[in-house]
Amino acid sequence: MSRHTLSVLVEDKPGVLARVASLFSRRGFNIESLAVGPTELPEISRITIVVNVEGLPLEQVTKQLNKLINVIKIVELDPDASVQREIMLVKVRSDTDTRSHILETAQLFRAKVVDVAPEAITIEATGKVDKLQALLKVLEPYGIKELVKSGMVAVGRGPRSISDRAIRSIDRTA
Amino acid sequence: MGEKITGAQSLVRSLEAQGVTDVFGIPGGAILPLYDPLFDSTIRHILVRHEQGAGHAAEGYAAASGRVGVCMATSGPGATNLVTPIADANMDSVPIVAITGQVPSGAIGTDAFQEADIRGITMPITKHNFLVTNPDDIPRAVAEAFHIASTGRPGPVLVDVSKDALQAETEFSWPVQMDLPGYHPVTKPHSKQIREAARMILGSRQPVLYVGGGVIRSGASASLRKLADITGIPVVTTLMARGAFPDSHPQHLGMPGMHGTVAAVGALQQSDLLITLGARFDDRVTGKLSTFAPHAAVIHADIDPAEIGKNREADVPIVGDLAETLPELIAAIEAEQVGGAVGDYEGWWVTLNRLRDTYPLGYDTYDDGTLSPQYVIQRLGLISGPESIFTAGVGQHQMWAAQFIGYEHPNTWLNSGGLGTMGYAIPAAMGAKVARPDATVWAVDGDGCFQMTNQELATCTINDIPIKVALINNGNLGMVRQWQTLFYNERYSNTNLDSFRVPDFVKLAEAYGAYGLRCESPEQVDAVIEKAMAIDDAPVLIDFVVHKDAMVWPMVAAGTSNDDIMVAREMAPDWSGEDD
Repeated sequence: MSRHTLSVLVEDKPGVLARVASLFSRRGFNIESLAVGPTELPEISRITIVVNVEGLPLEQVTKQLNKLINVIKIVELDPDASVQREIMLVKVRSDTDTRSHILETAQLFRAKVVDVAPEAITIEATGKVDKLQALLKVLEPYGIKELVKSGMVAVGRGPRSISDRAIRSIDRTA
Repeated sequence: MGEKITGAQSLVRSLEAQGVTDVFGIPGGAILPLYDPLFDSTIRHILVRHEQGAGHAAEGYAAASGRVGVCMATSGPGATNLVTPIADANMDSVPIVAITGQVPSGAIGTDAFQEADIRGITMPITKHNFLVTNPDDIPRAVAEAFHIASTGRPGPVLVDVSKDALQAETEFSWPVQMDLPGYHPVTKPHSKQIREAARMILGSRQPVLYVGGGVIRSGASASLRKLADITGIPVVTTLMARGAFPDSHPQHLGMPGMHGTVAAVGALQQSDLLITLGARFDDRVTGKLSTFAPHAAVIHADIDPAEIGKNREADVPIVGDLAETLPELIAAIEAEQVGGAVGDYEGWWVTLNRLRDTYPLGYDTYDDGTLSPQYVIQRLGLISGPESIFTAGVGQHQMWAAQFIGYEHPNTWLNSGGLGTMGYAIPAAMGAKVARPDATVWAVDGDGCFQMTNQELATCTINDIPIKVALINNGNLGMVRQWQTLFYNERYSNTNLDSFRVPDFVKLAEAYGAYGLRCESPEQVDAVIEKAMAIDDAPVLIDFVVHKDAMVWPMVAAGTSNDDIMVAREMAPDWSGEDD
């Protein structure tokens, strides 16, 4: 199994996320993370999906995704040729003895402290999956009270935009 | 600027503008506003007795004519009753549009009376679906629904319209601008792939044209005929492709698959090149996939790129409409042939002819004077002839109708192949007869299937749709019984329907205002079929009471290899002659 990052441009229409998500479950693929949001184009949303599959099933799921009428374009982003980021908020147990250690750790990872309470510190960290995992590993001994992640977002490196051709295809039908 | 009308009027106008002439449906609360203007429309609405009947009728209509079939239902249970035919159309690539009423938009999500999330329910079984709550969106949704259903790989599209959208005022104008930025089916094949395919075909020694239902849906039968004629390559037609290539053609080896002919199955297994046209390597064709056609390279031409490489890797993938692909392939082959490349399949035909001659389709007859179902179906095909349309339910009778009726034309064999929906035959025959009123339409049905949708005989009688029903009554769920015989030690758990006793199908037909005939012995068969052929003022049903232990042969047991095909019980074909 290997991890793949798919950027899916979709029409911003009701039900489109359900279509994409149900397709993955119906065809038996596990979504590792999923993030949805608007793009620079008002009618187009972008779904970033991280999926763990072999090469051939990935081709099949991409083809099946392409058959969804509301899906405009799918691009697989190569980790070496793209910037991939996830945001994590983690609430760590702390007391007077551990607080300074935790703050130091956060600094080392260039993470921000966004909330401090007498018994806990909440840290915000952004980065690639392995960086966040490394941070978590260091924080774990203190006690993780709560953890939330945004799901991966990613963009290709260089000047080109994956929505360029999508815009053209919209112009053609309009 | 369009004139001011209601959303319901706009929907009727849109259907008229789309060229719809016939619709199958049942009204109910949420869709009532639509039925009022429909009352004044030129569109013929056929009031069915169950929404499932409307859906299969739309499928039969589409499959017999190539036009988009239309069905309608109200919200909630009306809509959910359409789910089976929609799933069926999705599996068999049938272009239908289903229009459903929905509760008023303000009530959506409140568990209102007769509310069901039919858009959510049908997402995985439609090519696409719409929920329309703004009346201004109705014409575009209709135009897009018909466009999506009928282009690319055909399929079902559902348009769910809220009651308030039907009641509100809107403006109607036509034609409308479609807005489908993500929908661009590829119809034109890649010329490099076509040339590569042509070279492979002429260089192969044991090629087979593996023909699927896509040839019929794309209207490419004439091109297929030409391709076969100029190359001399053997042809097999899958269950969905029966009629795509004439059964009378000497190169036709019959149907492959679980109940295919030994020649067709053997040809695929021994082939060095599968020329796959609009077929999808379904498990019922391949048997155990890892042992399917083990020596064959694969050319796979399909309009749906997701089919290519799904079950079997393709050496030459060709994405495109077969109506465009086949003429280009023919031209490329002819160009190669002019250059002196001519395929040599003589040795191949020696092998195939031996298989065909040694293992023709056959069946048992019974000394006690009871009827062989295969004999009935064979006679029916011969007497009614290849201009007739035949529909079937699912099970033994379906397989026999695929095996023992000779098909010469596309769109004359309609059945539920992918989903395997019992109950398809009667409403599909009704739809086919509406689409092609001049054709003789036979529903070959089983006693189990018939009891799932026979209420549509009332619809047929009342609306002057004189279909004919050949009921193959073995009193049992025959195919399931066959599996119990073969794989469950003859333990017949819940397969005896007792339908030799109940119901009395002749009386039932008569109760529906149809003619009811019965046939119990071989000597009566021709006469009773001819009697039914002479009736044209009402539906007619023949209750053929047949032997309950007849089995469908040959058979590749589920999950086993095609190489283990059995010609009859515990009788494997002898493959050894082919290397001599």
